Amino acid sequence: METKQMTSEEKQDMMFNRLLSPKDPQGNDLAFKSPEAKNNYTASIKRIWDAIRLKKPDRVPVTIFPSMFPINHAKMTVEEAMYDYGKCVSAFRQYTLEFRPDVQWGAAAPGPGTFFEKLDYKLYKWPGHGVDPTHSYQCVEGEYMNEDEYDALITDPSFYFRNFYLPRVFGALQGFTMLPPFTGILEMYGLAFSFIPFGLPPVQNTYNKLFEAGAEALKWAGAMGGFDAEMTSEGIPNILGGFTKAPFDTIGDTLRGTKGIMLDMYRRPEKLIAAMEALTPIMINMGIASAQQTGNPLIFIPLHKGADGFLSDQQFRKFYWPTLQKVILGLIDGGCVPFPAAEGAYNTRLEIIKDLPKGKTMWMFDQTDMAKAKKIVGDNICLFGNVSSAMLELGDPDEVKEYAKRLIDTAGKDGGFVMANGAFFDRAKPENIKTLIEFTKEYGV
Amino acid sequence: MSKKLINAIADMKEKEAVSIVEEMVKNGSSPMAILDAVREAMDIVGRRYEKGIYFLPELILAGEMMKKINGIIKPEMEAAAPKGGRGKILMGTIKGDIHNIGKDIVTFMLEAHGFEVLDLGVDVPFEKFTEAIRDFKPNVVGLSGFLTLAFDAMKETITAIKNAGLRDNVKIMIGGGQIDEKVKTYTAADAFGKDAMAAVTLAKNWIGG
Repeated sequence: METKQMTSEEKQDMMFNRLLSPKDPQGNDLAFKSPEAKNNYTASIKRIWDAIRLKKPDRVPVTIFPSMFPINHAKMTVEEAMYDYGKCVSAFRQYTLEFRPDVQWGAAAPGPGTFFEKLDYKLYKWPGHGVDPTHSYQCVEGEYMNEDEYDALITDPSFYFRNFYLPRVFGALQGFTMLPPFTGILEMYGLAFSFIPFGLPPVQNTYNKLFEAGAEALKWAGAMGGFDAEMTSEGIPNILGGFTKAPFDTIGDTLRGTKGIMLDMYRRPEKLIAAMEALTPIMINMGIASAQQTGNPLIFIPLHKGADGFLSDQQFRKFYWPTLQKVILGLIDGGCVPFPAAEGAYNTRLEIIKDLPKGKTMWMFDQTDMAKAKKIVGDNICLFGNVSSAMLELGDPDEVKEYAKRLIDTAGKDGGFVMANGAFFDRAKPENIKTLIEFTKEYGV
Repeated sequence: MSKKLINAIADMKEKEAVSIVEEMVKNGSSPMAILDAVREAMDIVGRRYEKGIYFLPELILAGEMMKKINGIIKPEMEAAAPKGGRGKILMGTIKGDIHNIGKDIVTFMLEAHGFEVLDLGVDVPFEKFTEAIRDFKPNVVGLSGFLTLAFDAMKETITAIKNAGLRDNVKIMIGGGQIDEKVKTYTAADAFGKDAMAAVTLAKNWIGG
């Protein structure tokens, strides 16, 4: 069947059905470790797929979406995991097989340290490079796009990213500032002029660095792919297809920065909105392309600056939601399952976000009131998460059990809920994780 | 004039506020009168924030307006304004964490409400806090942390303050994305705050004024 003629429903079904018969890198059917592993794999996918579609699954699915917890749990430093991909995989293997969540999310969280070094990445500080070896990497908040550059971004986002933004955040990509727009490459006459920059040493140096970084990325991706295949054979699927962002956060997180975008809301609102609209199709394609590449349907969308307390209701409706909603709808059209993660609380946004098609998205909630969420958006979207980082690290198993019970009884009533943590965490008491997973498997039927 | 200035700032009319200040300076208004108006406007901004009318964009824009106005009247008044009328507060993002936005907003709101704030920046080692408590003699210490690693770093910072024999000299408030009552107890802080106005309220209650 030609994908263009398929409905979004059929496309999503196709993605999940494809997940049910996993392949090895050679394209053959992947061998499961045991018939039981195969059954677990199939049951997990059906369970979470049912939850997303708001059908009642055989039991409440449970997973943990950790940040550096597996690394700390394996008594490794984050620096070690970033520089030794085998070690990173072994930490995630240990964690996944010890706790056995229904689905896992890959071992990509630490990322490849050598790769970041080769590119001289300046946007983040990472373990051993500006933060303690045992800590997670952290973003260096700043204005990487100047206030007078909106027109350049709006006119040609890709050109702006390549010639302005990327050279600012990657020391190794300075040569990009000299590149011509590719849209000038049209006809034979004068063609060679467009290629002159590629003969210049700074550009050639940049490309050499890119080749090296690409080789390193490939090496890392091999380790990550191997881990996913291994977990699949153990019966624990990874359904994460990639990520994209809300256009407001794309600009507010790493282009203009928090302060920059919030001032722009007052100083140049039209430009800000035009820029978000220019980025919208790009954010949609980013998600669809990665889902097609990985074959996994879920597209993670970490939401940062639209939480309760950040913007007023009116500002959220004017600046944050319209382009985010378009991104979500565009992803659904492309056969993906958008997986927004509402960091902080989203209590005041529930009435707005419920305006989405039924059974097509899964929302990770951090500090949102889940009973309220169930009531307001539960008929439209699958709820995920809400077990707090503080409880997982500082609480005890009895507290976790009690909280999980309450979540299953309220948010989990009649399906449409996935038990999980609400925000990324680096540390936790292992017994709390164990309790959360085992209790849900037992009580959530 | 100062009524107009108060309204312009409180209603987020940046250009208007700046031109009113420029006109007031030209007409010989005293820098103190301008500062009083700014402070009154900031009180309105703070109240609107507490009531849920204003949010982060307004706090940030108010901070920028205050900075611009200070820049204009600075030549008129070197240190004319009595600093820290309400008390002294030491702020910093704890060791291992480089996030500054939350801390900066809290710092600005405290300053706008008349506190003298010493901001130690981000990734602040324990000993820098204890040294600053000795030298700056704050009434309140505010610890900021965005990541879950903040739990331990806050606890260790507060322990370091205690071990230095300085714990009884200060009240300690903590804040940040994942901070709640449980973390407050764990770190042995005196209180935690959910937002910038909570910090102002805590400081006012502790110091008075």
